[in-house]
Amino acid sequence: MSDLTQIIEAGKLQDRASPWPLWTTGFLAACAWGLGAIVTIAFPDVVPWGATQLFATLIGAGAAILLVLSFVVQRLGAGGRLIVHYGPWLIALGLWFTFWEISTAKLGWLPKPFFSPPQGLLNVYVVDWQRLLLCIAYTLRLWAIGFGSGIVVGYVIGVALGWSRGVSYWGMPVLKLIGPVPATAWIPCTFFFFPTTFAASCFIVALASGIPVAILTASGVGAVNRSYYDVGRILGASNWYLIRNIAVPAALPHVFVGLFMGLYYSFAVLVVAEMLGAKYGLGWYIQFQTAYSAYANVYAALLIMAFLCASIVRLLFAVRDRLLGWQKGFI
Amino acid sequence: MTSAITPLNVLERRNIAVDIHKVSHHFDLFGTSLPVLDTIDLAVAPGEFVALLGPSGCGKSTLLRLIAGLDRPATGDIRADNRLVTAPDRSRILAFQDPTLFPWRTVWWNVATGLEAQGTLERHRKRVDDALALVRLSEFATAYPHQLSGGMAQRVALARALVNDPKLLLLDEPFGKLDSFTRMGMQSELLALWLQQAFTAILVTHDIEEALLLASRVIVLSDRPARILHELTIDLDYPRRRDDPAIINLRREIAGELGLEPADAPNIQKRAVS
Repeated sequence: MSDLTQIIEAGKLQDRASPWPLWTTGFLAACAWGLGAIVTIAFPDVVPWGATQLFATLIGAGAAILLVLSFVVQRLGAGGRLIVHYGPWLIALGLWFTFWEISTAKLGWLPKPFFSPPQGLLNVYVVDWQRLLLCIAYTLRLWAIGFGSGIVVGYVIGVALGWSRGVSYWGMPVLKLIGPVPATAWIPCTFFFFPTTFAASCFIVALASGIPVAILTASGVGAVNRSYYDVGRILGASNWYLIRNIAVPAALPHVFVGLFMGLYYSFAVLVVAEMLGAKYGLGWYIQFQTAYSAYANVYAALLIMAFLCASIVRLLFAVRDRLLGWQKGFI
Repeated sequence: MTSAITPLNVLERRNIAVDIHKVSHHFDLFGTSLPVLDTIDLAVAPGEFVALLGPSGCGKSTLLRLIAGLDRPATGDIRADNRLVTAPDRSRILAFQDPTLFPWRTVWWNVATGLEAQGTLERHRKRVDDALALVRLSEFATAYPHQLSGGMAQRVALARALVNDPKLLLLDEPFGKLDSFTRMGMQSELLALWLQQAFTAILVTHDIEEALLLASRVIVLSDRPARILHELTIDLDYPRRRDDPAIINLRREIAGELGLEPADAPNIQKRAVS
């Protein structure tokens, strides 16, 4: 018993004695990143990729930052806790860079042009950044118009389908029929109906994002607890009030499921939508570079798309948490 | 005995009469007709507190929904203040067995719903505050329903009903799901509100004691399809005590009426309503 207290006391003393406690995971991550930097710089590439020096510098700098962090992270408050949370990921990332580097650039197991080492992607960003930025802007414009109009129309249709028996009788079978048809199958019709190829592209994206929103909104409005309507009617609410203040907020959790699905679908069809005579855009870039077997450029563009999509998902989560704060402890 | 008969209340018309005339009702279930109400005849005077007492699932709640105007009776008619009931009206407010608060609205906005729906909220914001003060929940105005206890939620539901200044308050087992402590507190609160506000009240319950403590008249209903078995005028002063011998006797009598105490079975024949 006294031994135990002694050990605890000793531990406390040690804590007090060292103001810079070591974050072991962070230290290991620094080692992994350092290993990646050394491998990159110490061995020659089997074929030239460009930007090898730059990549080595970048992950070397990453390793240095991690090394510093492994001593000071405990003093960084909330930001520090977030970094600590992702510690194991940082180790994995360092090891992944090292393995990727060895298997492509250093040993050539995964050969050019089908694969690219990290410096290959980095080189694309260094050389082609102006065109990529333009492509991002074009893609975001197409996505924003398509997704925005798609979810607004899908939402309105969904509320009507969920609320009105008449609309549901005629609309639901149609929606169920066209729902599973891939948005891209509409390309021939869109060419005929829309004045410009850009409008046609927007329609494809809107269709892909609107259909899940419509279906989920309809089911959400249809699933609202009937007694909420009874209470509303007792309190003298008109039909319009019931829709706006009961059906719509009560269905919001379903609507957000639809929005997330629509978001993923809209990104999936972006590439195809940009086949329709686009001059710029990430989807166009990917197809263009595929035709030239410039797969490093393809991967680089894909990576950007993945980050864009992840950021928008993150944004949507923030909006959801704000609007559905009342759900805490309820569902 | 009740404040309902004071001249002031008559002038202000704070309450209304309800006439239920030969009302029968049935549900359609899987193609068969399930009778729930059998020729109910009942006249409720303005300011009266009537308890409808009967076994679970006997059709009491259905009767309340018909009075509220949520559903139309299959036969017979219901008049409130001499006007045929065809749709809900804000003078007749029904409080449900579950508080049924809107989970996406704060307590304040839940209470404000009726006024907002009628477009009078801007003029009457203070009434929402008053109603919350009446049920002693002013500090919880910005809370969401999931943060409330069962008793608090039920009080919010009561405030949401009272803020509309109902002339007829219909209560569907409002305290049925509360623990006994909370229930006792809520019963005295309801009683105080009724004495103070003088609305007409119709309370559905299967708790004999609750009916006897609150109501000026108790209507005993049979099992489904509900018929009126028996009527009792409770001529006792408020507040009533649970252990009052008169209450205990009445409770025994009604329990016998409902077949809960077989020893009193002969009473049923003797006291059955003609």
